[in-house]
Amino acid sequence: MAKKIRVLIAKPGLDGHDRGAKVIARALRDAGMEVIYTGLRQTPRDIVEAAIQEDVDAIGLSCLSGAHMTLFPEVVKLLRQKGADEIVVAGGGIIPEDDIPKLKKAGIKAVFGPGTRLEDVVKFFEHAAGK
Amino acid sequence: MQLVDRLLKGDKRAAAKIISMIEDRDAQAQKIVSLLHHHTGNAHIIGLTGPPGAGKSTLISALVREFRSRGKRVGVIAVDPTSPFTGGALLGDRVRMTDVGVDDGVYIRSMATRGHVGGLALATYDAVKVLEAMGMDKVFVETVGAGQSEVEVANLAHTTVIVEMPGSGDSIQILKAGILEIGDVYTVNKADEGGAESMVTNLKSVLPEDREGWAPPVLTTVASEGKGVPELADRLEEHFSYLKKSGKLGEKERIRSEVELRDALTETMLEKLTTSKGGKKLYEDVLDKVVSRKLDPHTAARRLLSGKTG
Ligand SMILES: Nc1nc2c(ncn2[C@@H]2O[C@H](COP(=O)(O)OP(=O)(O)O)[C@@H](O)[C@H]2O)c(=O)[nH]1
Ligand SMILES: [Mg+2]
Repeated sequence: MAKKIRVLIAKPGLDGHDRGAKVIARALRDAGMEVIYTGLRQTPRDIVEAAIQEDVDAIGLSCLSGAHMTLFPEVVKLLRQKGADEIVVAGGGIIPEDDIPKLKKAGIKAVFGPGTRLEDVVKFFEHAAGK
Repeated sequence: MQLVDRLLKGDKRAAAKIISMIEDRDAQAQKIVSLLHHHTGNAHIIGLTGPPGAGKSTLISALVREFRSRGKRVGVIAVDPTSPFTGGALLGDRVRMTDVGVDDGVYIRSMATRGHVGGLALATYDAVKVLEAMGMDKVFVETVGAGQSEVEVANLAHTTVIVEMPGSGDSIQILKAGILEIGDVYTVNKADEGGAESMVTNLKSVLPEDREGWAPPVLTTVASEGKGVPELADRLEEHFSYLKKSGKLGEKERIRSEVELRDALTETMLEKLTTSKGGKKLYEDVLDKVVSRKLDPHTAARRLLSGKTG
């Protein structure tokens, strides 16, 4: 049996909208992946713990509150601390252009803005899992 | 094996990796599970089934908290369906378990059915062993909850909890689903919503008062507020002691072990037959004869085993 791609979709931060995250989760499921959805208001620690227990290939973070510059790098940092930095991290939400290079420097492998095509997101996660 | 050593020390990453190997049917998985067998048999396995939205995940989360406060280590496997069209799955049970997910003495794993029917995934059986071997005292298994043919969990679990909610069907539906036979403990969750009492009465009227020395209790809970959860936990403990005292635990273990042995026997025989020299061809030839009605399956099986195909 082929290895299944497992992805964790999580919403760090305090904003209460997860429509975007759910659209991504469904698109990845429809592309044949197993998507673990963990819901709203997750701390970076919650997210990293869940990612490790679920043995995911990648994490997709969605943040609309503007706190992405602290929350996204924190997830990458905690993964490193746990020795789980083979798990790829991507982020999306409302993210100003200027922040993107900084996030990438902090170890976020891809940043998806509001206009991103779902196929591109799917392709990214397939690639991230080595397919 | 290093992964196994780490698991036996309670390492969650090792558990996570091993469960993935089991799910993906990795070549090493069978060997690992064999090594774990001697380290299993001490945990209390508790299955929860019931209609979607009844509150199974929320209830497990509350039970995990309760058993943690009693000093137990707790594992959870939550199963959701795989889409038969895409092979993908959306696993959402963890949404209800965030606060317990980071506790050191807790490991939670979401699992997709990957085509298996009966409310569980095929990998659930071996994944339970992984959680036992890592030292969990209580292992909760949440079934798909599609509402029908969820009886498989009763073969896996020592204690099966049926979670209902007010207005989730009349007693006719309850009778149909076969859940009257498999439940050891019943709870009507969402008791805050009203109508719970009539559901309790309904259930009590159709449940046996005694089943070989155990009277399946019917409780009410409000999982989201933790109400009734300590009482539920008490009933689970009582059922486990009942199983031990009455010798039923041994019976259950025997049944489960026999199913496992049979599966392993079939797999081993097939592997031996089809990987031996010329075995694959012989197997295909015999299969052709069964198709063309020259041989019946039973005679064919006997011939394959004796090595003569004639
Ligand atoms: N009012 C009320 N809602 C509850 C209770 N338990 C769970 N819920 C809610 O019911 C919904 C479904 O719960 P969930 O645990 O996911 O159900 P499952 O599908 O059986 O696992 C969620 O929105 C929960 O917050 C309860 O005791 N009372
Ligand atoms: Mg659930």
